[in-house]
Amino acid sequence: MEQRYVLLENVHKVFETRHGQFVALRDVNLTIRQGEFVSIIGHSGCGKSTLLNLISGLSDATGGVLVCAGREIAGPGPDRSVVFQNHSLLPWMTCFENVYLAVERVFSAKEKKATLQRRAHEALALVGLGHAAQKYPHEISGGMKQRVGIARALSMQPKVLLLDEPLGALDALTRAHLQDEILRIVATTGCTTIMVTHDVDEAVLLSDRIVMMTNGPAATIGQILNVDLPRPRVRLSLTDDPAYNRCRSEVLKFLYERQHRPEERVA
Amino acid sequence: MPVVKIKLTPTPVVDTEIPPAANDSRVKAAPTLLSAPSTPVSRVIRSGLTWVVPPALGLLVFVLLWAQISVVSGLPGPIKTWASATELFAHPFYIKGPNDQGIGWNVLRSLARVGTGFGLAALIGIPLGFLIGRFTFISRMSAPIISLLRPVSPLAWLPIGLFVFKEAQPAAIWVIFISSIWPMIINTAVGVTRVPQDYLNVARVLRLSEWKVFTKILFPAVLPYMLTGVRLSIGVAWLVIVAAEMLTGGVGLGFWVWDEWNNLNVEHIIIAIFVVGIVGLLLEQMLVLFAKRFEYQG
Repeated sequence: MEQRYVLLENVHKVFETRHGQFVALRDVNLTIRQGEFVSIIGHSGCGKSTLLNLISGLSDATGGVLVCAGREIAGPGPDRSVVFQNHSLLPWMTCFENVYLAVERVFSAKEKKATLQRRAHEALALVGLGHAAQKYPHEISGGMKQRVGIARALSMQPKVLLLDEPLGALDALTRAHLQDEILRIVATTGCTTIMVTHDVDEAVLLSDRIVMMTNGPAATIGQILNVDLPRPRVRLSLTDDPAYNRCRSEVLKFLYERQHRPEERVA
Repeated sequence: MPVVKIKLTPTPVVDTEIPPAANDSRVKAAPTLLSAPSTPVSRVIRSGLTWVVPPALGLLVFVLLWAQISVVSGLPGPIKTWASATELFAHPFYIKGPNDQGIGWNVLRSLARVGTGFGLAALIGIPLGFLIGRFTFISRMSAPIISLLRPVSPLAWLPIGLFVFKEAQPAAIWVIFISSIWPMIINTAVGVTRVPQDYLNVARVLRLSEWKVFTKILFPAVLPYMLTGVRLSIGVAWLVIVAAEMLTGGVGLGFWVWDEWNNLNVEHIIIAIFVVGIVGLLLEQMLVLFAKRFEYQG
């Protein structure tokens, strides 16, 4: 297990706007070890999605160094697959075809078609959607769409899995169900995962570490919390766990005492 | 206490959700006319009331107005025109020399011209639209030309065509081409710029080749926009063909209208107007049906 698998050093991000420069992120330093699950949490507008976009390579940092698995991050690539908030499945393709597009891109150079198809089916089976392979995205529920998105991301066997508020658009019950699902998948694959969220319970339940962001502009990492809860974690037995509740209140304190909501600060 | 118990039992919830059939706008339009439970027979009557009666009534009013106007102005009335039409459509494909051919030939020749001009326009306009939509530089380059040439009346292009091609036939096709190309260019280009960024982000994360991006993402996403452009274009082409043929001659609906004007056969002119309208309607409906096959739900 590599200790410095994902490495961010003095990362800055400045947007050029019509009203001049907008500093979104400054001095972000973070090291993530291989197989770790890290959540990034903060109020909306604190630049947590911006940070994830920098790691995915969808946008470029203005300053600083970003390294993933010993290589500097320059542009997006299938080694850092992303699960987008709004699933981003292509509506003209079935669930299987959506996953297959990713599998084909990554493995078609070395593997035969039958193997590629098996990979796509396995990825869908991993998220419990083997039966919906031939359905189109508009025929399945929001939670299922998001699971297909996760299947697509995992099918590429990424070095790092990036989750951009993957459950933000779902109702509470579906969300809880999918959190359990992610716990199970991460345990199975051991994939290094970085997740952006604004849900405290979600962050504590899933993460090894929680990165708490200060409010923007010029947001940076305010505090990092180690979640020392043994795995496998079970939602129901955790609700009365003192360690769980300590972590939870720690994050809540950071968000609501040290970092007020941005709206309140403006008002 | 049994009474309290009964009160506490929740009353069975009546399914208040509107069944899908009642959700239909057709039914909403005439809710009071038939409140009886929906049987197949009553449904047929309902859809008849909402879909057949109003258009039929509209056509009836139109024919009556036409009859009235014909009395005042001396135009041929509906009955006289109908008689003339039955005679005309009895032999649609006769040929008596180059200037006297059946209505069927006239329609087919006009359609062939429209097809050629429109086909060429699609062949050039759609790829051009993709380029303009995908590359900002090309978009900025072409913007002044498009906004300059698009509002020009189609017939203003005819002399240019006649001068360049020295012949009537290609000049007419040229007019169709130049007037029907704009909706396809513009709609395709707009479609490309409206492709959701999320889809393109997927392409970037997967690092798809430009060809894959085109076939798997760009083309399917743009297709509905493109087909709207095609539909508008074919409408314009059919609109322009009559005028172009009036000026260029040969066999075709436009020429036929002008010829019958010279013969003072006004019934035939009215018939021609109906034929142009009906063929245009059919073209439009065909493309609407075609476009429906490519609709997708986001």
